[in-house]
Amino acid sequence: MHLATYVGLAHRSERTLAESLRVVGEGHARHPDVLFTCRTLAGFSDDHVRQLEPVARRYGERHGGDVEEPDRLHAAGLAEVRSGPVGLLRDLQDLHVLGTLVLTTWTVINQAAQGLRDHELLSIARSASGQTSRQLSWLNTRMKAAAPQALIVAP
Amino acid sequence: MSRGPPAPARASAARLTSTTNRPPRTRIRLGTEPRSSRARRARLDLRTALVGSTVGHMDRIADVWGPRTPHGKGTVWPARVDEYLADGLSEDEVDRWVPSACVLCSNGCGCDIAVKDGRMVGVRGRATDVVNHGRLGPKGLYGSTPWASSPDRLTRPLVREAGQLVETDWDTAMGRVVEVSRRLLAEKGPLTHGFYSTGQLFAEEYYVLGVIGKAGLGTPHMDGNTRLCTATSAAAFKESFGADGQPGSYTDVEHCDALFLYGHNMAETQTVLWMRVLDRTRSPDPPVVVCVDPRRTPVAVEAERTGGVHLAPRVGTNLALMNGLTRELFANGWVDERWVRDHTLGVEELRGIVEPYTPEVVARTCGVDADDLRRAARIFGESRDVLSTVLQGFYQSHQATASAVAVHNLHLLRGLIGRPGSGVLQMNGQPTAQNNRECGADGDLPGFRNWENPRHVGELAELWNVDPLTIPHWAPPTHAMQIFGYAEEGSIGLLWVVGTNPAVSMPESARIRRILGGDQCFVVVQDLFLTETARLADVVLPAAGWGEKTGTFTNTNRVVHLSEKAVEPPGEARSDLEIFLMYADAMDFRDRDGAPLVPWREPEEVFDAWREASRGRPVDYTGLTYARLRGPTGIPWPVTEHAPDGTDRLYHDGVFPTRTDECETYGHDLLTGAVVTEQEHRAMRPDGRAFLKGAHHTPPHEEPGPEYPMLYTTGRTVYQFHTRTKTGRSPSLRAAAPDAWVELSEVDAARLGVSEGDVVRVESPRGAIEVRARVGRVRPGTVFAPFHYGSWDLDDADPEHQHRQANELTMTVWDPVSKQPYFKTAACRVVRVRGGDGPAPAPTTAASAPVGGGVPGTSGGAPTTTRLTDTPGYPDDPAVDAAGGTGGR
Ligand code: SF4
Repeated sequence: MHLATYVGLAHRSERTLAESLRVVGEGHARHPDVLFTCRTLAGFSDDHVRQLEPVARRYGERHGGDVEEPDRLHAAGLAEVRSGPVGLLRDLQDLHVLGTLVLTTWTVINQAAQGLRDHELLSIARSASGQTSRQLSWLNTRMKAAAPQALIVAP
Repeated sequence: MSRGPPAPARASAARLTSTTNRPPRTRIRLGTEPRSSRARRARLDLRTALVGSTVGHMDRIADVWGPRTPHGKGTVWPARVDEYLADGLSEDEVDRWVPSACVLCSNGCGCDIAVKDGRMVGVRGRATDVVNHGRLGPKGLYGSTPWASSPDRLTRPLVREAGQLVETDWDTAMGRVVEVSRRLLAEKGPLTHGFYSTGQLFAEEYYVLGVIGKAGLGTPHMDGNTRLCTATSAAAFKESFGADGQPGSYTDVEHCDALFLYGHNMAETQTVLWMRVLDRTRSPDPPVVVCVDPRRTPVAVEAERTGGVHLAPRVGTNLALMNGLTRELFANGWVDERWVRDHTLGVEELRGIVEPYTPEVVARTCGVDADDLRRAARIFGESRDVLSTVLQGFYQSHQATASAVAVHNLHLLRGLIGRPGSGVLQMNGQPTAQNNRECGADGDLPGFRNWENPRHVGELAELWNVDPLTIPHWAPPTHAMQIFGYAEEGSIGLLWVVGTNPAVSMPESARIRRILGGDQCFVVVQDLFLTETARLADVVLPAAGWGEKTGTFTNTNRVVHLSEKAVEPPGEARSDLEIFLMYADAMDFRDRDGAPLVPWREPEEVFDAWREASRGRPVDYTGLTYARLRGPTGIPWPVTEHAPDGTDRLYHDGVFPTRTDECETYGHDLLTGAVVTEQEHRAMRPDGRAFLKGAHHTPPHEEPGPEYPMLYTTGRTVYQFHTRTKTGRSPSLRAAAPDAWVELSEVDAARLGVSEGDVVRVESPRGAIEVRARVGRVRPGTVFAPFHYGSWDLDDADPEHQHRQANELTMTVWDPVSKQPYFKTAACRVVRVRGGDGPAPAPTTAASAPVGGGVPGTSGGAPTTTRLTDTPGYPDDPAVDAAGGTGGR
């Protein structure tokens, strides 16, 4: 069953997202809302990783480099941040890309869970999708707020 | 509409004097009401109480709340007229009395200004005003007028030359502002302009400022210091009810069975409202008071006296406490399921969120007793009518909006809203903060319009005859803390500060001074005095103050007052309105057809324009004119064809302005501040139902640790307002609270070896203060500091050498939804520096009272008079209605 591939993908991408959120938060700490919200949102992803453990035990977990379906897109996450207002914008945008990968991963898992009539997995996938949407909403909100000043007037 | 007896003409001084010892009319009315004999006996006792509490000269520093006029539930709050005249003047020596309302807190007490020889010499409460029924508090009495004739008023504009501020004329000063403004507009456009205004102008001034900023320049960078005082109140209303607007009324005090005060030391922040409460709690059938506050305030004492509860949660844990109270409503079946189904959305999500917050969990998180929490919840759950009030203890603390919204949730779950005695008062801090929110000089669009709703933006574009794209609505309005962030990086190149003192009032003072004093941003300051902020400006514009100009303002209870000009401003000082008009003229802002964008000259013309902008919105002023406002009392909005006398309370029908096309916001995620989109909002089909929204408690951003083991929280005292620009210039108020202090609990003081009056150093990772310690009634582990004290009145005016400004220690961090900075959650440590030479300069009369004896009581205010007088009829007062037999419910 290929579900294991997606369990692996969810695991990995959630962890990458959590780490990247923390990197961006700390790196832009002079924006306290970015620092503290990124920490909170990273906590969401930590929770999802924890919730995945029993699922991984049941379905197994296959990681990237899979022979049948190798990763073409490498979402490596953010190891360091850019500087300045445009830098913040770009970093938030990168987080949004990572978040989208997480969200679609959960969408796929959600579909499989329905097919398998696996109530536990379904409820995890639903709640994780909801939480990932909240992460994306915040990133979107923050980018919209920062964009005009960053693009038009920032030094 | 049912109405009380017609309000009498404004009481004249002579009439008041002559009625001094006549029994108030309420006594007669009380006796004629068909009530039980037990209640009648109680009222008989009241008469005796009233007769005993007459009149006379009073030191209102020593006696903050004045004599009691207790009265029974559901009856009219008796009138009592408080008056202060300077220099031993008597009423017959006063030349003129000019109608106004007090601007030293959000209560907006109706008053008349005494004028003698062209000078404001005192104030007298207006017996006929619905807000205060004649009363005034110490700040209003002693603080309203002395500042105006203070010798250090700004009387000429100043500009910076070779590093020094030097006097100049208006043309030169405004010329510099316009030059910078034009250059920045040409180079980088309107996003280079930021305005940081206040909660102390008049509605007309905010409206003009809003039009200049939003339609003239087109900058989203406009906010007020209202962000620091009332942003959470507005945000919480919007999240729960769809739009800003105080649901409750002060008349709820007379009808409630239980009164909950959340982070609201009403006894000190709104003394006159507290008198209203005391006149009920000291009657034989008092409401039960519940107080949520980390200090043992007079409110907490009253809670214990009335058989209520004082909950003193650990600073930063309000939301956990609220979740616990909410859970109790569900767990004990105190939820009005039917009302909830018909009038709200989101009950199941809320139930899920609060489920883990058992009394035991809450007790551990908040450091309160689980049974106290249960008892408080029971009082809320079982009282017939409950009034809740909320202020800075929630607004300026961790998870502010979510906590304030939780208060709404409690009321919505029981359907306790919109009827006399059942309501919510999310208080404001400053007197005219409400108008900044209404008129659009802060982040909001005028008339509670939704910046994400193209139709709302279109209405304004049409009204102002400008391209809708000029009006900034492509992103959320920029909040104050972000405006300062942009000024710090220099992308805002012109920051105009109006009537506020961020160098003292904003968090992390050292950073704010750096921003204001740096070369990266041109700073204009418009104020009455050379404040700590003005000293850092490039241009200083001298402004006229209250009583020196005409305009309207709205108190926290939606009551609109007209404040008339009583005297001329000093020297070349001009009203804020005139200054804005001067700038608009010089910039030559035009509408789409080339006509002047800001065509008005007189305050009344601007008021009429604002009234049009409010038409059809929840904040509807269409029935108000200056002529109407010259009556005996202020009038609460909405005032329309259907409600010509105003509206005492909102939402009597349980229908809220949440329709997608009507609401002021589509809402936010309370935990992160992420916006809800229009589509998401529409999909929920709120259609007039209120939102029940919740969030989990998260730990505060800075928690005590080994290095900084204590919690630091800031607040207020009864004798000072804001950064003391006015109150610090009143001899009586100044002497009552002359200098900064910190409060420590007895246990902490003992542990640190600190005695009353010792000098201590309080440090956070951001700064330190060195002030005298009061061993007082704060929660153990917590340090309280009053935020009023800057450096303007110290001999050495260099702020770097001052060590008493509470905001040196606070953090730059804000609420995700309301963006209100958190002044009440930081970690600190306390070190004893040396012994003191007497007690701390903290007042003894209220929350700052010492635990030990031996500290002389605060007193020494100039004489004032207090007299009981006829209690007139108040329009729309439900108690009056009841007496008339028409029924208030
Ligand atoms: S309660 Fe407020 S408005 Fe009323 S007199 Fe006191 S300071 Fe003024």
